[in-house]
Parts: sequence; structure tokens; C-alpha cells
Amino acid sequence: MFVAVFFITPLLLVARMSLSGWPLLTGNGGLNFPKNYLSIWKNALFGPAVVFTIEYTLIVTVLLIGLGLGLALLVQESGRWVNMLRTVILLPVSLGLAAASLLFWGFYSPSIGPISPILEQLGLIHEPISFLGTSLSALLSTSFLIVWKYSGLYMLIFLVGLQAIPDDLFEAAALDGASRIQVFRHITWPLLRPSLALALILCVTGSLLAFDQFYILTKGAPDNSTVTVVQLIYREAFQRQNLGTSAAISIIVLVALLVLNAVQFRYLRSSEPGLKR
Amino acid sequence: MTAMRTGTLGRTPYYVLTGGLAIIFLFPLLWSLAASVSPQASTGQVNGLGLGNYTTLFNYGAGLVRFLLNSAYVALLTVAITLAVSTLGGYAFARFRFPGREALFLLTLSILMVPYATVLIPLYVLLNGFGLQNSLIGLSLVLAMFQLPFATYMMRISFEAVPRELEESAQVDGCGTFSVLWRILLPSVRPGLITVGLFAFLAAWSDFLAPLILLTDSTKQTLPLAVANLRQQTMGAIDYGATEAGVVVMAIPCLILFLLLQRYYVRGFMSGAVKG
Repeated sequence: MFVAVFFITPLLLVARMSLSGWPLLTGNGGLNFPKNYLSIWKNALFGPAVVFTIEYTLIVTVLLIGLGLGLALLVQESGRWVNMLRTVILLPVSLGLAAASLLFWGFYSPSIGPISPILEQLGLIHEPISFLGTSLSALLSTSFLIVWKYSGLYMLIFLVGLQAIPDDLFEAAALDGASRIQVFRHITWPLLRPSLALALILCVTGSLLAFDQFYILTKGAPDNSTVTVVQLIYREAFQRQNLGTSAAISIIVLVALLVLNAVQFRYLRSSEPGLKR
Repeated sequence: MTAMRTGTLGRTPYYVLTGGLAIIFLFPLLWSLAASVSPQASTGQVNGLGLGNYTTLFNYGAGLVRFLLNSAYVALLTVAITLAVSTLGGYAFARFRFPGREALFLLTLSILMVPYATVLIPLYVLLNGFGLQNSLIGLSLVLAMFQLPFATYMMRISFEAVPRELEESAQVDGCGTFSVLWRILLPSVRPGLITVGLFAFLAAWSDFLAPLILLTDSTKQTLPLAVANLRQQTMGAIDYGATEAGVVVMAIPCLILFLLLQRYYVRGFMSGAVKG
């Protein structure tokens, strides 16, 4: 029941809305298909937002999966020091994304940010770095924030995956004289596929839907070059007060994500060695 | 495994590397704490260390206490709703056979696949229809909905792990379905409940987009929203100090809960990640 009311109804409603003229304040204005969808193509921000979101997703996914796996390998064996390290790396995960974004908003700011003064003291730079000033630096700075906050999460996913690999496989490989790289390539990597699938789907979905971090850090600046698709949905609905087109963009995102996840799932499942169901 | 072969000397780079990592991960957190009490022109703390920024924060808008209460209210209500629905749902999925059981379970999991923003816009319209617009209860209902896939899944496997004999013997002793659930099963799935509650709390406490869209009244804002607005408040001069103070206030409950319940947090992941 609960699921039906809060999930199915909104889905149907958003589909209905995407077909209608629906200003924020006056409510349903009647069917107007396909006007909303056509207007998306005319929206000058839509193309750049899609491109930017994809760029951001690629960067973040590569970094997070790489780092997550690296960290997991690094903290694999338990011990007092390693357990402490795990906790430290996991701490930012428990922080809210909005809180983390606000933290870094100050951290990157020219007036109180600590990085530029430190580098200036060391004589490495002569002017403060503008972390959010250009579209490239804003993209990289935001990616750093996300990597800082979430790599613990991916470390955990891979750690669980690593621990699910039976120890005798490693012992057998050691007996056969396999090098560390060989062990990784032929045992660890293939058996980590289920974890990799989970991490990839979580990461891609999460980054494509990025909102908080950009809303707080850049507000789309400079020159609307860091507007993500979800930001566009938000702006369309609450600044331009047009729920219809906003819903239409939502539908496009929804369909794109479903297709993408289905493809990822297929691909990762089909090439998986038959250990897991 | 690899470590056994390398001697103590060979471990030095390892400690340098991991120590460096620890510093990178801790530095921003410690910095925000330091920045919130450090002197800074045009903030509540002009010279010397002190709590001036916290005073600014305390007096902002409807007052820090109001926002803290809003956040706590939303977070606790979300936890309560999530626990209630996922316990009953998880129990039903684990123990009863009914037509469409798997379909319904898959449907619940599919909430994960749908973009947050896609559902929020129609929910905004829908809640208006129920008279729940701009209400903390409405917000909690929405947040709880997004917790359901994980929570229901978690509770289902928790209930499935409890041996049936336990229930059967209680039923022989004259317990009804609900009193079995209440007296016998709930205590045995406590770890699951704690994990679900922890995830729900952390998510609800920090959520930004849902309150941003669903709440319009400035006295109803939750903490993240209030702090985000605070920084743009004063024209020209931006109050970084008070913002970082806000970050600290937001972060502390999360960090404490996390440190206390880390075991349950990791457990939640174990069950999710292994089964994929």
C-alpha cells in the first residue's frame, strides 16, 4: 500500500505531467503533447548539461572505483592500525552530502580556504588557486569532494567482495608460485565481479543524478557550465515554474537510467564466472 | 598475506602511505572544526579563538534550536516509519506466501532504480493534494519511502535467518501472529533493526534535495537547508565562519552515531554487497 501510494502514483503522475502544460502555481493546464518534449530540444542548457553530467560521471566513476579497490587491497588484513585506518576512511561517508559540500565550499573559498596559504608558504604558488573559478577547476574540485566523501563506501564494497573469496584459492596460487600480479589478474579480479557490478551501478546512478554538491558549491557557475541534468529539472520546475517540461526531462532521465542499468547488468552478469547465482 | 613476506623495514613505505591517506581523509574534518572557532573578518568571531560563529548560527532565522528540532523530528519520524513498514513488510515477505509476493518485492527494490528528482516533482504536487505540502510529516513519509528498498530487503533476510521452530513453539504456547512478532521475533532481529534505523537516520538527517523541494516555510527548514541559506544571507560579505560552525553541528551527531554503531553499519553492507 505504502509503496503504491508513494511510488506508483508519482510515477504515473510524472508521466501524465510530462504530457501537459503544468505551471507551478496554477496546476494542470491540459494536455499538450508533444510540446514539453519539443521544448527540451530548444532549451539551450539541455545539451551542455547532459555533456557535463556525463563528463562528471566518467571522472568520478573511474576515480572512485579505482581508489575504492586500491584502498580495499591496502586495508585487507585486519590489525589495530588497519582497523583505525578503515574507520578514518569511512568517517566522511557518514557525513551528509550537503554538510560535506558546505564544508568544502569553505575549504575551497579564497577567503578562508587552507590550501592556498599552505602552498604559498611553501613557495609553490604566488596567487591563491581559484578552485571553483573555471569550469574545469570547478569540475575537478567537486570530483575531489565526492571522492573524499565516498571512497570509503566503495572500499567497503570491495572489502566485502575480497573477504568472500575463499582463502584456499590464494594458498593454492602461492603454492603454484604465482606472482602477486598474476594472483590479482587471475583470482582477485575475476572473483570481484559481483562487487564491481554493484559498485559500478551505484556509482554511475549516483553521479548521473548529482545535485547537492553542484547546487551548493557552484550554483552552475561559471556561465552555467556546471549545470547537471537534475539541476536543470529543479530550475525548470521552481525557477521557470514549468512542471510540465521539468517532468518531461525527468522521464528522459528515468528511461536513460533504466536502459543504462539494464545494459550494465547484462554485461556484468553474462561475463561472470559461475560462482554466484 | 602479502605482508608476511615483507619484513619490518619493507613496511615503512606502507605506513607512510597509509598515514598520509589517514591525514588526507581527516584533514577537511579537522579543518572545519578549526575554522569554525578561528577569527575571521566580517564573521561573528573577529579576533581570538571563540564561539562567536556559533552565536551567529544560534541566532540565525528562526534560531538554531528550531532547525535542530526540525531535523531531529524529521530524522526520528523517518526512522519510526521506516522501521514500522519494513518490519511488517519484511516479516510478510519472509514468512507468508501470497500471490504476487516476488513481484511486489521486486517493485519495492526498483525504487532504487528511479531517480530521486523524477519522483520528487510529482510528489510535491501529490502532497499538496493531501494537504501535506510544506509539512515535516510529508517530508518524513517521502524520505522513508526512499529507505524502503534497503530496509525491506534487510528485514526480509533478518527474519528469514530466524528458525521457524521458535515461532512454532510460541504458537503452541498460545501466541497469536502479532504477539509472536512482537515478543519472539523482534528481539531476534534487533541487529537488523539497528542497521536499518541507522541508515534511515543518517539519510534523513542530511538529506538536502527533498526538503529543498518540499518545504517552503523558512521556520520549517531542516538544518542542512538552513545552513545553506545562511551563507547567502548577508549581502556582499559571506559568513564562512558560521557556515563551518553549521557543518560541525550537522556532522557531530552523524559521526558519533557512526562511531558507536560502526559494526551495524558495516553489517548492513556485508549483507547487501555479498548478495548483490
